[in-house]
This record gives sequence, structure tokens and C-alpha cells, in this order.
Amino acid sequence: MRLKKPSIPYIAWMVIFTIIPTVMIFFYAFTDKNGSFSLEAFAKAFGYTNVFLQSLWIAFISTVICLVLAYPVGFFMSRQKKSVQNVLTMLFMIPMWMNFLLRIYAWVTLLQNGGPIDTMLSLLGIHTTLIGNQGAVILGMVYEYLPFMILPLYTVMSKIDVRLIEAAEDLGCNKLSVMRKVVFPLSIPGIISGITMVFVPTASTFLVSQYLGGTNDLMIGDVIDKIFWSDHNTGSAIALVLMVAILLFLIILNLFGDEEAIAA
Amino acid sequence: MKKFLSVLLAVVICAASCAVFTSCGGYEGEINVYNWGDYVSDGSGDAIDTIAKFEEEYNIKVNYTTYETNEELYSILSSSNTQYDVIFPSDYMVEKLIKENLLQKLDYKKIPNSKKILPKFKKMGYDPKFEYTVPYSWNVTGLVYNKTMVGSHKPDSWEYLWNDDFKGKILQFNNSRDAYAIGMQMCGIIPETYTKEDIDEATKMLKKQKSLLKKYVMDQVFNEMENNQSAIAPYYAGDIFTMMLNNEDLVGVLPKEGSNLFVDNMCIPKNAKNVEGAQKFIDFMTRPDISAANSEYITYASPVEGAKELSYKELRESELVYPPESYLEKCYTFRDVDADVYSYMQEQFVKLMS
Repeated sequence: MRLKKPSIPYIAWMVIFTIIPTVMIFFYAFTDKNGSFSLEAFAKAFGYTNVFLQSLWIAFISTVICLVLAYPVGFFMSRQKKSVQNVLTMLFMIPMWMNFLLRIYAWVTLLQNGGPIDTMLSLLGIHTTLIGNQGAVILGMVYEYLPFMILPLYTVMSKIDVRLIEAAEDLGCNKLSVMRKVVFPLSIPGIISGITMVFVPTASTFLVSQYLGGTNDLMIGDVIDKIFWSDHNTGSAIALVLMVAILLFLIILNLFGDEEAIAA
Repeated sequence: MKKFLSVLLAVVICAASCAVFTSCGGYEGEINVYNWGDYVSDGSGDAIDTIAKFEEEYNIKVNYTTYETNEELYSILSSSNTQYDVIFPSDYMVEKLIKENLLQKLDYKKIPNSKKILPKFKKMGYDPKFEYTVPYSWNVTGLVYNKTMVGSHKPDSWEYLWNDDFKGKILQFNNSRDAYAIGMQMCGIIPETYTKEDIDEATKMLKKQKSLLKKYVMDQVFNEMENNQSAIAPYYAGDIFTMMLNNEDLVGVLPKEGSNLFVDNMCIPKNAKNVEGAQKFIDFMTRPDISAANSEYITYASPVEGAKELSYKELRESELVYPPESYLEKCYTFRDVDADVYSYMQEQFVKLMS
């Protein structure tokens, strides 16, 4: 393959900002602090297995909830008039223009003791703590990342030719089988990119859990942040394990996607 | 008409670019300053914008960037070629930077205002001969509680952070050094320096505390305490002073067993380019009126003679901002510990939280 001149800036960008940092992470992860080969960093990294599993679990649950909420929304949006579609897309986009942290602060205010939701619930006689637990963390994640699920689903579904649906109906499909046999298989690329766009950031973010979680809701991103400054090697090893876990997840996801596409 | 407009536009663009050039070229030099985030009076309200004032008086441009932790500062200084002229490390970090030969000795004759530094800050353990530092600000750690949430208790000791009566309403530092310092004090260890064994003992103490805690926090402590979400928390006393201005039910106390006296210093790194500019900057920041302005903004104490008297009454009379001499005798200042020991503590702290 010959390199064409216009591609040089992009290749340079990739080398400087993707390949070199990744190689550095590899190097740190497989060495000790004197720079000689060692697997000690990985041994230490696996001391945080429980945090790993918890982070992946929270990411998984958040992704599933996002998918369940977003799928009907995406379908509904894609079946509207073009002008209505544009307005709805805008409405989902606008909150994303606000700073991530501000949106989390807003949830802290909403959920805290004596906040609006708590006040309403206590009027109904329900006294409970809404913040500082895993539920609040998942709520925050779903809120932050829902648009990333809706948009790819909507984009893919709006490309489904309405005549395909009509044809299925003419051939005797009821509403449910239209969804199952026509819309769902055609929307799989959207589902896959939606899952990717929600799962990957939710597995590694830590701001949401820091603000909405309690003493037990440490995420792996938090561990990396804390450990890296004092121990580059272990920090890198944890980051590498997380990268591999996410990579495996994406490979499995894509395998599933391809098979479905072939079957369809 | 179109032609006229384009000529006009060309003239405007030229004029604007000339203005930009003169304003950049007008400075006689520039310095790179690396400070803690939100740690200098910025001109909000009727406060002085100290950086702008320096630029104006000395005609030196300040490239100002900020960091969040001493470790971040260390990492940048030790492993990159980034060049700074003035940095603001805390006590233990100064000692580490001196050991690793990253700071240069200061020529105090070129920093005449350094004479005004109070004597007790000229013999600190981390720079015993007063060769590398000009202190910028100092303060201690303290306790804050909400008097409507503690019943008949009158917390005056770290022990209250382990009190069952406040279960689920206690906060702790989300920062290993400060959390472990309190843990060690509870075990009777003075955390000026410590060993891995001391850390293990404190870990046991902090584990006992975990089930009583609401959260490990840093900046979130302001929201938690000011909005009556938590009953009691340890934090930096000067910040407790600020919280009390925003919520009348909060009470700030200096724990009776003593606490951590911390000092943030201005230093010049070995690889500084504009040493002369850096000296002028440090001298300017040590002027009593400027030091008072910065101290009022960050609500930590000034180590400069005469600055306290220039500050507003509530600040200079607050025992949280300016703890009395008798209290400081009970305080300790962090010293540098081995990287190994620190990294062990960090690891134990993360394990504790997970």
C-alpha cells in the first residue's frame, strides 16, 4: 500500500496521539519503577478485581437501561415528519451542550436530602435517602449517556425504507412481527454503535460515582486516577486491563452483529 | 459602496492587528507561573487582580497555569521538559524537590520583601536554613460541624469523626495524606513522618470509620456542609471559615489534639529561564498589601509581617484563619516520606475505599 501525501497529517496525528501513548502505557505496565521487565504491576492491578467487576457491572446495567429506554424513542422519532424529527433531535441534543459536571451538580441538588424529589416523597410519607448509593450512580450514568444511545438508533432507523414495513404488513405481518422481523434486524448497526458509545465511557468514568455515589461506589477510573500519580506502573497496568476488557467486549459485540447481518 | 466597505474593513483589520502586536510586544519579558487552582486574588468583586497588577507595574507578562495536587506538580517537573519560573509547592513537596535537585537557591537580596516573612516560617523543617523558599500562605486542618445535627455533643476532637451518633452523616478527606494524618493521630502517631507499620495501624482505624461515613470528599464538602447534608467533616480551617459565612449553623473548631500546619511556598525551579522576573514576582507577592489581598481571597493566613493587620476584621480575628500561637505548638508539618511509603499509603487508601 502506498501512502498518499494528503494522509500524512492524519498518520502523524495517529502516531503522536494514539500509538505513542499506547506504547508508553504498555511499557509502563510491563516494567517496574526501575524500568526493567516485571509483571508485578499486573499482580497489583488484580488486587482491584472487585472494583473492576463493579465498574463493568454498573456500565452493563446502565447500557441495558439506556437501550431499553432509547429503542422505542428512536423508533418513534424516526417515524415522524422531518420537521418534527429535527425538533426532537434538538431537544435531545441541547442538554449535552451543557457542561457534564454542571448536569451532575444538578442531580446532586435534585436528589439530596431536603431537595425537591426528597421533599415530594416525604409529603407522600416516603422517607428514604436517594443519593449516595449505586442506584443514584446508575441514574446519573443513564441520564448522561442516554442521548448517545438514542442518536445512533434514530439515525439507523430513519434510514429504514417505509415501504419495507408496508410490504411486511401487506404480506400479513402483525405489528409485533414487523418489529421483530423487519425493524430489529435492520437496526442492529445502530444498537451496536449505541452500546459501544454508552458502555465504553460508563465503564471508565468516575465523576458520576464521585458525586452521586457513597463510600462503596468506587469506579476503576477513580483507582487509576489515584494510583497513577504515585505508581505509574500499576496505574498503566490497570488501564491496560480495562482496555483489553473493553476490546474483548467490542469484539464479541461485533461478532454477534455480523452473524445477524448475514442471517438477515 | 462595496469597494468603500472593503477598504474600511481592511483598515479595521490592520488597526486591530497593530493593536494586538503592540500589546504583546509592549512587555519587557515574560514569566511562567505554575500555581494551585483558584489560589490567587482574581479581581472578583472589589478585590485586587494581583496578577494583572503585577503585569502592569513591572511590564512583565505572566503565563499563568494551575495544578490540583502536589503530586501533579512533581510529575510535571520531574518527567517533562516544561519550564516554569515560579511554582508553589507545599512543605513536604519542597523537601522532595530540594532532595532531587529540582529547585535553585534563592538570592534573597533580590527579593527584599522576604525580610518581612515572619521568623517562624524561616526555620521550617523542610527548608531549615531558609535557602529555597518564600512562604506564600499557611493554615491548619480543622473540624466543621452543624450544630443542629449533633444533638448535645460539642465536637472538639478528631474522635468525633468516629462517633456512632453521627452514623451516615460523617465525611472524610478523599485524599490519602490528609485522611491518614487524622487516622494516625487517632492511633497516637504524630504523622510528620511515618513508616509502613504506622500506615497499617491507621488503615485499621480508618476501616473502623468507613461504616460510619457518608462519603470521602474534597471540594464537595462545601455543598455537603453548607446545605445541611452532613453533620461533621474535617477540612482546611480557612475553608471552614468560608463555609461558616454561608451557613450560620456551622461551627468550626480546631481539634484539641492538634492538627496539620501546612505552608505553601514560592520557589524557583532549577531550569527557570527568567530568574530575574521570577524574583520580581515573588517579591511582589510578598508585599504586605498584595499578600493581604491574596489571603483574603483564599482565606488562608499570610506569613508576611503586616499583612494580617491589613486584612478585614473577621478574617484577621478568626482562629480558623489565624490559629493562636498556643495552638500551633500542638501542630505538625508533613515531611517528605519515601516514594515507596507514599505509594503504599495510596494503595492502602484505594483498597480501603473499594
